[in-house]
Amino acid sequence: MTNSDPVLLKVRDLHFSRGSRKIFDGVDIDIERGKVTAIMGPSGTGKTTLLRLIGGQLHPARGSIEIDGQRVNKLGHSALYTLRKRMGMLFQNGALLTDMNVFDNVAFPLREHTDLTEDMIRDLVLMKLHAVGLRGARDLMPSELSGGMARRVALARAIALDPMIMLYDEPFTGQDPISMGVLVRLIRELNDALGLTSIIVSHDIAEASSIADHIYLLSNGKVVAHGSADDLAESESEWAQQFLKGLPDGPVPFHYQAEDYLSDLLNGVNGR
Amino acid sequence: MMTSRTAEIWVGLFVVAGFAALFMLAMKVSNLSAYTDDDGFEIAATFEDASGLKVRSPVTMAGVTLGRVTDIKFDNSTYKAVVTMQIESRYNQIPAGTSANIYTAGLLGEKYVGLLPGSASNPCDEEKLQAELEGREPDLKGLDCSPQFLKQGSHIKLTQGSLVLEKLIAQFVSRFMEGDDSSKQKDSD
Amino acid sequence: MLQAIQHLGRSGLDFFQRTGRAHILFSQILIGIYSLLPRLGLLVQQVYSVGVLSLLIIVVSGLFVGMVLGLQGYNTLVDFGAEESLGVVVALSLVRELGPVVTALLFAGRAGSALTAEIGLMKATEQLSAMEMMAVDPVRRVLSPRFLAGFISMPLLAAIFSAVGVLGGYFVGVGLLGVDEGAYWSQMQASVDYHEDIMNGVIKSIAFGVVVTWIAVFEGYDAVPTSEGVSRATTRTVVHSSLAVLGLDFILTALMFGES
Repeated sequence: MTNSDPVLLKVRDLHFSRGSRKIFDGVDIDIERGKVTAIMGPSGTGKTTLLRLIGGQLHPARGSIEIDGQRVNKLGHSALYTLRKRMGMLFQNGALLTDMNVFDNVAFPLREHTDLTEDMIRDLVLMKLHAVGLRGARDLMPSELSGGMARRVALARAIALDPMIMLYDEPFTGQDPISMGVLVRLIRELNDALGLTSIIVSHDIAEASSIADHIYLLSNGKVVAHGSADDLAESESEWAQQFLKGLPDGPVPFHYQAEDYLSDLLNGVNGR
Repeated sequence: MMTSRTAEIWVGLFVVAGFAALFMLAMKVSNLSAYTDDDGFEIAATFEDASGLKVRSPVTMAGVTLGRVTDIKFDNSTYKAVVTMQIESRYNQIPAGTSANIYTAGLLGEKYVGLLPGSASNPCDEEKLQAELEGREPDLKGLDCSPQFLKQGSHIKLTQGSLVLEKLIAQFVSRFMEGDDSSKQKDSD
Repeated sequence: MLQAIQHLGRSGLDFFQRTGRAHILFSQILIGIYSLLPRLGLLVQQVYSVGVLSLLIIVVSGLFVGMVLGLQGYNTLVDFGAEESLGVVVALSLVRELGPVVTALLFAGRAGSALTAEIGLMKATEQLSAMEMMAVDPVRRVLSPRFLAGFISMPLLAAIFSAVGVLGGYFVGVGLLGVDEGAYWSQMQASVDYHEDIMNGVIKSIAFGVVVTWIAVFEGYDAVPTSEGVSRATTRTVVHSSLAVLGLDFILTALMFGES
């Protein structure tokens, strides 16, 4: 609709719950065009759920998610699929199709959605693989790749259709420092070179804040704080301080909610 | 993963093998090869007793299957069984005087219709025979002198129905009893 | 007591929900087959993994089942002096019952469990989710070709099973036990009817193919995406589809051969 609107993705008053557990309780997020936005929070705050809501795989109980003027949760099947062609998503462990080699994995979205000749597909795939530095690995099977390489292949696959928005689900977890550095650089470079808008969901503070233009902190289904990395460092929110500095105790208690320690011990087996 | 070419060849072989198996089942195992529904002619025969005979039972002559039973009906006026049979069209020279019997294959096997060839007599022959007996010249005017064969709609008149085992035993027993009685009488004499 | 009723109610609700989901999935798969038509390559690949890879177990089992039928049938028939009818016994048992049923059971164990495990693992490793995010409908891309492949393969496998079994009975009966060769084949031809027996057997195997692949595909797609969930789903596929095949066999047999 309005391509000049600097805000590409608007989340308004988002409510979502799994069973009786509330995951989002009135969340508002603005993602600006061309920027890298990090969404951070402790495990279990539903960061991955947020990406699935954005991708239209889940439906919010209340509120709206608007991408480029289209309300994701109101789209029909085919409109949603058309929108998804313009989204790329990098899953936590890559989610490569295990029955195809690297080349075919990257070629997969091209073959599914375009009528390009094999020659052109080959060129495009090699370009994408070159961008992530894995042009030489095209004949390997996903089982032969290391975790970091698999994520880079998945990244090449996600950008195969030149999306407008990239979603990264925990891209840094379980990576050695070198592949972590590679991924950090790739995300930033691809964002700038291809004119993408990137959303990173992560709890790796150092890496995420090193490339993010804007950071949202989520906790208990709400946005606790947001702003640039510097803004947040000076944030007065106790919770933000605890999370950013990684303190073991604070507003997020060390102990899971339980009855009094002493009486619990004295109660014995009968008490439970 | 298999290269797609190898997979394609295997799938091709698989499909061919599957259809070959179906073809074998149809031609070698079942009676499809003997199916002659469309061509052939129907004849009928009336039996006193057609018990044990079924639709699709074979119709044979000299032990060779010539056709199949296509229908078995009860005639409400004569209280007999009317059996319709389909005979393959190439057997078009079965004499009209042929008789039909219901036999059993083996002691307990299934029932089938056995045809026994009779004379291919025609009115012409009958007239000749009659004339010879009466010692006069045969009058063949207006009579058909070609041999008569079974054709579409023919009806076989000479028939012998199923032999029911119980009936046979009953007959045997009653005869045995009679024999027994007469011997006793002899003894008493 | 109350708890037992509650449990019963919950599992009942669960059952109906699953059945409902299975039917929705079934209709989606059928719609997906339509869009599969221009892409036969996908189908060929699946017929390979569902059909061709099951071929060995089908041929070997068919041969042995036929040979056992030959032995057992001979031993029974020879008491009545009716060993000439061995061909009839072997062919009718295979074509009407054992061919479709045993093939379906083996198919459930060989191809059905593999289908469930494959689809379940694709779900557990987020591959299906990734496809969705790439705007590729996993039902059309993954499930429909597999379903169609099972639908096509099953009758062919059953026919191969029966044919090989008849040959196995022939080897034992004619080759080892000395039944007359001519009698073996001619008695068989005289008693096995093309429409009544062969075609009904084919219809049965098509029905079994649909049921087994449907269950396998659904269990995989509906599996809890963990390794435990996938292994449970695989077990369920084998158990449920075997039961379904046997139950359906009774119904079909009653319908087809009941009134002759």
